[in-house]
Amino acid sequence: MSNRVGEHTVTFSRGPRIISSHTVVGPLEGEGPYALDFDEILPDDELGQKTPEKTERLMLEIVLEKTLQKRNTKIDDVQFIIAGDLLNQITTSTLASSTFAAPFLGVYGACSTFAEAMGLAATLLQGDFAEQVLIGTASHYQTAERQYRYPIELNVQHISSNQHTVTGAGAALLGFSDQGPQVTHATFGAIVDMGLKDAQDMGSAMAPAAFSTIKQHLKDTGRSLEDYDMVLTGDLGKQGRKMLRILLTKEGVPGLERLQDGGSQIYSESQKAGAGGSGAACIAVMTLGYGLNMLKYHKAQRILIVATGALLSPLTVLQGESIPCIAHAIALEA
Amino acid sequence: MPLPWRLEGGSCLQYIIAFLVGGAICAVGQLIIDTTKCSNAHLLVGMVCVGAVLSGLGLYEPFQEFAGAGALVPVLGFGSSITKGMLSEIQRLGWEGLFTGAFEITGLGLAASIVFSSILALLRKPHK
Amino acid sequence: MKPQEYQKLVQENSPPRPLLRNMLWAFFVGGLICTLGQLVLNFAMQAESTKAEAAAVTLAVMILVGTILTAFGVYDELAEFGGAGAAVPITGFANTVTSAAMEFRREGLLLGMGAKMFIIAGPVIVFGILSGFLVALTKALILGLF
Repeated sequence: MSNRVGEHTVTFSRGPRIISSHTVVGPLEGEGPYALDFDEILPDDELGQKTPEKTERLMLEIVLEKTLQKRNTKIDDVQFIIAGDLLNQITTSTLASSTFAAPFLGVYGACSTFAEAMGLAATLLQGDFAEQVLIGTASHYQTAERQYRYPIELNVQHISSNQHTVTGAGAALLGFSDQGPQVTHATFGAIVDMGLKDAQDMGSAMAPAAFSTIKQHLKDTGRSLEDYDMVLTGDLGKQGRKMLRILLTKEGVPGLERLQDGGSQIYSESQKAGAGGSGAACIAVMTLGYGLNMLKYHKAQRILIVATGALLSPLTVLQGESIPCIAHAIALEA
Repeated sequence: MPLPWRLEGGSCLQYIIAFLVGGAICAVGQLIIDTTKCSNAHLLVGMVCVGAVLSGLGLYEPFQEFAGAGALVPVLGFGSSITKGMLSEIQRLGWEGLFTGAFEITGLGLAASIVFSSILALLRKPHK
Repeated sequence: MKPQEYQKLVQENSPPRPLLRNMLWAFFVGGLICTLGQLVLNFAMQAESTKAEAAAVTLAVMILVGTILTAFGVYDELAEFGGAGAAVPITGFANTVTSAAMEFRREGLLLGMGAKMFIIAGPVIVFGILSGFLVALTKALILGLF
């Protein structure tokens, strides 16, 4: 049986599943509408660490460790760790994974990293190249601000399209079991660049990538959005999700009521997070928390995760480049 | 020593003028930020240059007489101090004044910001 | 869809900024800071002998105010609604220096705080000096001051 369907979609007939997972979020996310879906809410943004980078690394270590603990799995029984994050040289992932003795594959897809990792993990399992793969990602508001934007205490007036990086981490163990949601399809996206240069509105830049990957996924699988109980985009935010809907409507794609967006939903209106959450952890914690609970408690039978990423750097912005974006889709079934 | 907030003709008016002029300058700055692609950095650089030019044209001194802190406090004042310092040093030293004058007045602000910022950075961490 | 088409679509669908509200807040916050400056200036005029010295003291005090408000996490909150009203006064300049100093201290005093303290304020200083230089040079040449 072929491992592929259509042009860009990989299928997993051997039935790899998410057999364990753990999510950790910061206090702000812990005061949001999905607080009960996350495994742990941290008491503060520091966790006793001297720098936010160390905190981010610690969060990732915690979720990787607890994911293994929940299944009494030793790292010796894991063939690959696939992890990535937003920081230069993905040092959060490299430093966190250095405490786990398994072959490490670092990945970078900006805020789409988690789906990239999951898709690759499922692919390795499908091909019998591994029996268990551990994936993880993390992000932190302060580390993202320092790297991409400004010092925390700088006088900056945020505008409505600005997003707020999620402080959190999510990890999952993929393998073969009779329990846990199945990863059935992965549609990896090509980079889409519509020439947008405004780093203050990444949602609008990412929407075409989400649109392109969703279209490709539906075309390859012959499905429609209505075949999913929920289509969860990563962090398009209020602006991005508006643009995605416009694009899908123009294309005549039905089932838009199935669309949800992690970034737009992770914070409540009163938390004043601008256009919503972003960051590599956003889709990770929303998928592993909210998404998996929907499947577990029979509120959904089948969901599609569409993680989106803006592949810019502070340097490219200064050099006048546009913002290339990407989206990867993963289909999960209860 | 008479108190500076006595409500006699001159003083109260001074405060009102400072408020109105300072506020107006900031409002114009906000307009520029919201309607053009300028960032804060662009705005401040623009204002400091405008201040420098106005001072060269001899317009900033009378403006400062009139508006007091309303002209001194905005970053325009920083730019005007640079030009003013340079011109006064040129009178005194000739061409070297072009360079020695740069920090004649603004030097205080720079040194103060370095010293105060360093002290407070040692005492406080950024919080969100 | 072609990029130009999409860019146009984004522009058409961008939420407008609340210009009037922003300007009013900037006016109010900036005005208030300048009023505080006037209070300091009046005190300074009493204490110092020349206007220039009084002005210098005022600036130093306003910078200290900006630094303290930054260090206690207040200035960035002020900027959320104050916008240019927080950025334009000299307190805003102090905020850029203090916020950078606090932020980069984590990478050490020398190579972190020391190296990056003026990372935000740098352009203001560089271009202030450059424009002052051009203006002063021009004026001096015209008036034959050399």
